[in-house]
Amino acid sequence: MTTILLIEQVLNGIQSGIMLFLMAAGLTLIFGVMGLINLAHGSLYMVGAFAAAAVSAATGSFVIGLIAALAAAAAAGAIVEYTVIRRLYDRDHLDQVLATFALILIFSEGTRYLFGSFPLFLDIPSALQGPITLPGGIQYPLYRLVIIGVGLIIAVGLFALIARTRIGIQIRAGEADREMIAALGIDISKLYTLVFALGAALAGLAGAMVGAIQSVQVGMGEPVLILAFVVIVIGGIGSIKGALVGALLVGLTDTLGGVLLPPLFATFMDASAATSVGSSLASMSIYILMAIVLLFRPTGLFGEA
Amino acid sequence: MARESFINAILFALLPLTALVAYMLDEPFIITLATKAAILALAGVGLNIALGLGGLVSFGHAAFFGLGGYAMGILAHHAQTYAPIMEYPLLIEGTKSMPVIWLVAVLTSGIAALAIGALSLRTSGVYFIMITLAFGQMFYYFAISWPAYGGEDGLSIYVRNGFPGLNTLDPIQFFGIAFVVLAVVVAFVGRLARSPFGLALSAARQNAERVETVGIRPYRIRLTAFVISGAVTGLAGALFADLNRFVSPTMFSWHMSGEIMIFVILGGVGRLWGPVAGAALFILLEHVLGGLSEFWHIYLGLLLLLVVLFARGGIIGMLAGREKAHD
Repeated sequence: MTTILLIEQVLNGIQSGIMLFLMAAGLTLIFGVMGLINLAHGSLYMVGAFAAAAVSAATGSFVIGLIAALAAAAAAGAIVEYTVIRRLYDRDHLDQVLATFALILIFSEGTRYLFGSFPLFLDIPSALQGPITLPGGIQYPLYRLVIIGVGLIIAVGLFALIARTRIGIQIRAGEADREMIAALGIDISKLYTLVFALGAALAGLAGAMVGAIQSVQVGMGEPVLILAFVVIVIGGIGSIKGALVGALLVGLTDTLGGVLLPPLFATFMDASAATSVGSSLASMSIYILMAIVLLFRPTGLFGEA
Repeated sequence: MARESFINAILFALLPLTALVAYMLDEPFIITLATKAAILALAGVGLNIALGLGGLVSFGHAAFFGLGGYAMGILAHHAQTYAPIMEYPLLIEGTKSMPVIWLVAVLTSGIAALAIGALSLRTSGVYFIMITLAFGQMFYYFAISWPAYGGEDGLSIYVRNGFPGLNTLDPIQFFGIAFVVLAVVVAFVGRLARSPFGLALSAARQNAERVETVGIRPYRIRLTAFVISGAVTGLAGALFADLNRFVSPTMFSWHMSGEIMIFVILGGVGRLWGPVAGAALFILLEHVLGGLSEFWHIYLGLLLLLVVLFARGGIIGMLAGREKAHD
């Protein structure tokens, strides 16, 4: 294991963590403000990726594709919120789980109906293709670095939005006491639609950016959704800071586990057994991480009881 | 209550009648569908112990369903290849005998439920839902990346396992086995719900603080219920694998957890026969809608959405009224 390979994998881990953050931030905001558990968040990720792939294939521009992804996911989010989700705020979590599970079925099959079962491809824009050389002579794909940069900018923007703007104040007030802010004359249902659309747009953006590295296909949102759940359980539900820390932890554990565990086991087992034990353990590593966090802090790292 | 008992009696008769009519018309495929409904209903009955009686929204019951399936797959695989599972320190060989497989399935999934439950029940609400979901996925990824038993491809078993005195390859006899198991388990759950344990469990769902003040620890009661629930779902998994003569990681997938939950909700949460009604309706829909359109999941999704939004209490709730509605 060379240092260069290790640094590369750490960067990969950060990149996947940053994308997980975009998903988890939306989920945790929606839960924190509306008390809603939204399984269909992965479908919005998929909507973003498909919109970006279809639009950038039609226009030839990756940027227009990204804008389309944001717009399509935000629109899908707002429509779903308006038609279905707002009937669920007063319901128990079981009803929310089932209704949003039903939404997944509708979104997935609807997308399969529109685009077929074969994956679409979304190309990285030519200006961002190829590797660049980092200090220390490490070759790393430029696009992945750009993803990390964009993700960090959005993270900072999101923190600023929540902490510094009027909408941010309303969102935080909504988390604390929704009856009170409604009584103070804030249109709570408009605020809810806005928060939901914002979360959806973040998910759509993540889908579009990851879609350029992986293939764009039906069901692509589900593994990410489950990872995002692990992230917000680790970070503490409702906490954006927790989502960021949790996302980086999960991204790094997931990536490094797959690289480090098999050679680690190979030091005291024969090679083929080490590969199978190492890779199976690596696939479980983030869940083990989650279990450990929960043992010590049942409400997550930054969660309040 | 009288009306619900009447509906329950009809539900009880529905599956065997369907199978019997199909047997007389010589339609083995319909018998297999009825068997599938009975087995999936059993998985739902298992989940309903945690979900309906205990109020524990487990989104990871596919873990137990899959463990039951793999208990069958691994034992039968070793039996058909004549390779013992382990030789040292004691010799353990595979088996093709259903009762032994069921026992192993119930034990493994029960033990897994004990471990998962002990951790997950430290939390509640949304955390509990997400954690059980994540543990379910952990088994899914483990099954995919563990190469010894087929990995992603799963395991095929060439001949269905045997039951003493019966020919399990005959569809109607296998249906009989599955249905008797279902009926026995439903009877057991019915008694469980009325036992002091079941009453304490329901009380812990309704008001945990009060239960605690009378000296019962909700954690223990819930954990016990979760273990029983997981074990029953595991038994259903073993039967399901035997029905298909095939196990694969999809038994562990979170869609499976979602489907088991759908059986319970479609039928009516907390109703003894709810999962039977739900699973039967689900199989019927799958068969009818699946024949009409390749994209039948859209209709399933819409139907589910309508049931959740407008018909709370599921089928039995609609038919029997809401006397026994849970909240």
